[in-house]
Amino acid sequence: MALSYAVPNFLIERDESRCIDCQVCVRQCANEVHKFDEDDEKIVSDTMKCVNCHRCVVLCPTKALTVREFPLEFKKNGHWKSDDIKSIYIQAETGGVLLAGMGNDKPYPIYWDKMLINASQVTNPSIDPLREPMEIKTFLGRKPASLEIENGKLKTKLPPQLELEVPVMFSAMSFGSISLNAHKSLARAAREVGTFFNTGEGGLHRDLADFGDNCIVQVASGRFGVHQEYLDAGSAIEIKIGQGAKPGIGGHLPGEKVGSEVSQTRMIPEGSDAISPAPHHDIYSIEDLRQLIYSLKEATNYKKPVFVKIAAVHNVAAIASGIARAGADVIAIDGFRGGTGAAPLRTRDSVGIPIEFALAAVDTRLRQEGIRNQVSLVIGGSIRNSSDIVKAVALGADAVYIGTAALMALGCHLCQKCYTGKCNWGIATQDPRLVKRLNPEIGARRAANLLKAWKHEIKELLGGMGINALESLRGNRLMLRGIDLTEKELEILGIKAAGE
Amino acid sequence: MKRVYAKEEYCIGCRLCEIYCILSHSEYKNDLIKAFKKSLQRPPARIQVEEEGALSFALQCRHCDEAYCVKSCITGAMQKDPETGVVFNEKERCVGCWTCIAACPYGAIIKDETSKKIASKCDLCGQNETPYCVQNCPNGALIFSEEPPYKTSVKGGE
Amino acid sequence: MAYVIIGNSAAAIGAVEGIRKVDRETPITLVSSEPYHTYSRPLISYYLAGKVEESLMVYRKKDFYEKNGVKAILGCRAEALDVEKKSVNLANGQKLPYEKLLIATGGKPFIPPIAGLDKKNVKTFIKLDDVKEIDALVSRGSKVIILGAGLIGLKAAEALAEIGAEVVVVELAEYILSSILDEDAAKIVQKHLENKGIKFELGTTIEKVLGDEEVRAVELKNGSTYTCDLTIVAIGVRPNLELVEGTPVNTEAGIVVNDSMETNISGIYAAGDVTQGYDMTYGEKRVLPILPNAYKQGETAGINMAGGNAKWDEGFAFNSISFFGLPMTTAGIVNPREEGYQELEKCEPENNLYKKLVLKDGKLVGHISLNCIERSGILTSFIREKVDITNIAEKLLNENGLIVLEEELRHRKLVGGGAA
Repeated sequence: MALSYAVPNFLIERDESRCIDCQVCVRQCANEVHKFDEDDEKIVSDTMKCVNCHRCVVLCPTKALTVREFPLEFKKNGHWKSDDIKSIYIQAETGGVLLAGMGNDKPYPIYWDKMLINASQVTNPSIDPLREPMEIKTFLGRKPASLEIENGKLKTKLPPQLELEVPVMFSAMSFGSISLNAHKSLARAAREVGTFFNTGEGGLHRDLADFGDNCIVQVASGRFGVHQEYLDAGSAIEIKIGQGAKPGIGGHLPGEKVGSEVSQTRMIPEGSDAISPAPHHDIYSIEDLRQLIYSLKEATNYKKPVFVKIAAVHNVAAIASGIARAGADVIAIDGFRGGTGAAPLRTRDSVGIPIEFALAAVDTRLRQEGIRNQVSLVIGGSIRNSSDIVKAVALGADAVYIGTAALMALGCHLCQKCYTGKCNWGIATQDPRLVKRLNPEIGARRAANLLKAWKHEIKELLGGMGINALESLRGNRLMLRGIDLTEKELEILGIKAAGE
Repeated sequence: MKRVYAKEEYCIGCRLCEIYCILSHSEYKNDLIKAFKKSLQRPPARIQVEEEGALSFALQCRHCDEAYCVKSCITGAMQKDPETGVVFNEKERCVGCWTCIAACPYGAIIKDETSKKIASKCDLCGQNETPYCVQNCPNGALIFSEEPPYKTSVKGGE
Repeated sequence: MAYVIIGNSAAAIGAVEGIRKVDRETPITLVSSEPYHTYSRPLISYYLAGKVEESLMVYRKKDFYEKNGVKAILGCRAEALDVEKKSVNLANGQKLPYEKLLIATGGKPFIPPIAGLDKKNVKTFIKLDDVKEIDALVSRGSKVIILGAGLIGLKAAEALAEIGAEVVVVELAEYILSSILDEDAAKIVQKHLENKGIKFELGTTIEKVLGDEEVRAVELKNGSTYTCDLTIVAIGVRPNLELVEGTPVNTEAGIVVNDSMETNISGIYAAGDVTQGYDMTYGEKRVLPILPNAYKQGETAGINMAGGNAKWDEGFAFNSISFFGLPMTTAGIVNPREEGYQELEKCEPENNLYKKLVLKDGKLVGHISLNCIERSGILTSFIREKVDITNIAEKLLNENGLIVLEEELRHRKLVGGGAA
């Protein structure tokens, strides 16, 4: 039997003076890391299996545990990092494609952190969000090129719009990749805050049929769960062409995660891998996309906006222009930091471009072509906080999608092992023992709290800029300055350098 | 009367309720480490978690309106406080005959043989605050309320 | 309206508490032939063994009578019942008129017709006074013969062994505790008691008693002879029917009562060991001398006497007892004699453990839990509620729990207890 070269990735430290042998850690670890040794009458930990999800650390009633990087060091090497070396060992042993969960974690630059926001001083008074009205509501959908008013009333018929109380929506995460309780949490939070969640490509579970007013239903290349009632249930329909984590390939749900509920909702056999094809096999040109967009509009009587979601890749501006002209009401762009339940590691880490550039490029191009009003732009790709959102709106976004941040609100600790189906927090799993851990009442409250907190912070930042409506910030590049950016980067982002 | 009710759909079988029940009745009411490390004779928890596969829930004394344990007690040690409604066991008069254990339809009474043999059960943590088990359940699987979480077609229990 | 209660033990107290649930005003008169404040009978063996003091034997606190408006006439026998005049005649000459009467005179020990059992040092084991007399007679090394290996006889044996007496128990049946255990379980318990020094003579009884004023030795039917300093007769109790003899009150083995605890005479109720009430596991009326049953009957009678509306038709045999630390709880039918019963057993003599479930038509009708009494009240309640356990019997044999129930019943249990 050949020796495996695998070594632990993490080290578990237990403070014996604090450990009371309550065995909560033993019971809560889905990877069976902790065990109670009857002979020695103490808990022992098999650190090889630890994925650093922090479940045991958080639940330990005396906070006796901590987890660190395993302090094993390779000889210093400026070219070969330990992850690169370990990847080779794994592939030499398995011959398989390396899988990863969540978003790109490589140390590429974060461009949000290279942009700074303005504040009013002297020439333009700032606004106090606690004392003055401030509007951060926004509407997603096609806006007409002109408005006709007759007798003080609007005569132009508006295309269908989605009304958002806050410019943040929960992005597409399929039922299958995440649990029903996670979906329920997001659905309830969306309803409470006045925004939307997205079914992802897994269909809409019957328990969530009532949440249609806050739901965007997705039509992806596998067409899982797509039927007339599904289209009727949602407030908008999103055609998924690609996602930031794995541009160019389709979704992948391992068979372990396809139980009876997932099977019913997706309309596929239990236990079978659900692999969406890379392209939609009925979309081979922009004209085909237009046909699908209008088929969906016909099927729903033109009552719902149709979104098209693409990954941020090269030439994204030209692609977006084509999509706008193909009749989409909203274009959703997902940057290379976007998360996933399962993707090949190399695709996740090397394919796609940062959303900051994609957004700026698309917004600029659509304005230049005079068609910016025809679509709303929604962007995503590991948006981390309210200042990222404000910067995104300033670059041209109408709203943002959050996926990773939403799951973190529910308890995700970014251990990136979603594809194993053993999520200890009850999020990225279908195992009923684990799914119970996410109480939708608690999850909904946490997710709603996050959005409410960000809503306050956005108002603070807007007020600081002397702006009292989100509409006034959209595409307002003058509110941003760049630092540590090259001339070219500043040019593409369309912003001035700090000091200018 | 407020009672502790379990919501089985949220119980994760961690048994923190049992740990905190022991803390509540130990001499170190607020120090979990001392309660477990210093007292060598720890009485058993008065709440019990039942688990089978993915199903689990915690159960303790229901403080029944018509309590079988009170009516069966041979010494009169088991009593229902007429004001608070709490069913409690007067330790000095209990002789550990276990008749209450044989009478309780919920199996909520346990043998405490750490010193003198007595029957032990939930006492709602002295009713001054929310019971420790409810406060410390990490997933909202225990509630302290007048209303039960399940509506059943038949009148509940005894 | 006058309430009169004859008796001072579980049934009588249950009746006082039952009356007071409905009527807090009308005074109650309670008559007891024993001179003591209400005390817990089962504790007399603990008293003998020195485990409990007399002051802690009270069944209710010292202020019970006062707080509940009860005039207690203690140490006075009720001698005659005049159903026509609705009055009870006491030994002290007093005549007590009543509107509602409860007869809770309990049981009296059965003395078999063996010559010599009326000698001075032959005792029974029912009242506190019995035990006080025994206490005065025994010391370390005393030889004691106990006739009867039932609940009372063995509790007496345990107490006497603990104070150092040499005990021999004589029993007519082939195995001990035959009213609550089956043979397999009884063997385990017997071995445990023998390890503690108690000797057994089974399948036999006393043939002859030897001695003049006092019993000095006994000869058994099987030929053995034992010398003794004290003999205790603990074969069983029979309902104490003296008060109703010669009256129109209907009796068979005990005073016959309906589910409201009323006798055939309106206004006269009976409760406790003296009655013959409905046993739901047998489906017929039987004498059920069990303390919890006596209390429930008393409470039911009391509520009805005060004008309330209560029924008790859920009585069945139910016991919890332990000997030298070996606990057992039993309920219902444990030794089915007829067809149609199903028995599941788990027997581990090396652990002193025995568990048996008795089913009829899929429903639990009885259980023996020896050394596995944890949560056995769940089994008792399944008997009472007639739960169909066909699918979960094996699991229950392993461990008592509610998790094995299907969802509807399980949820009902999880929210049980309140008047929901």
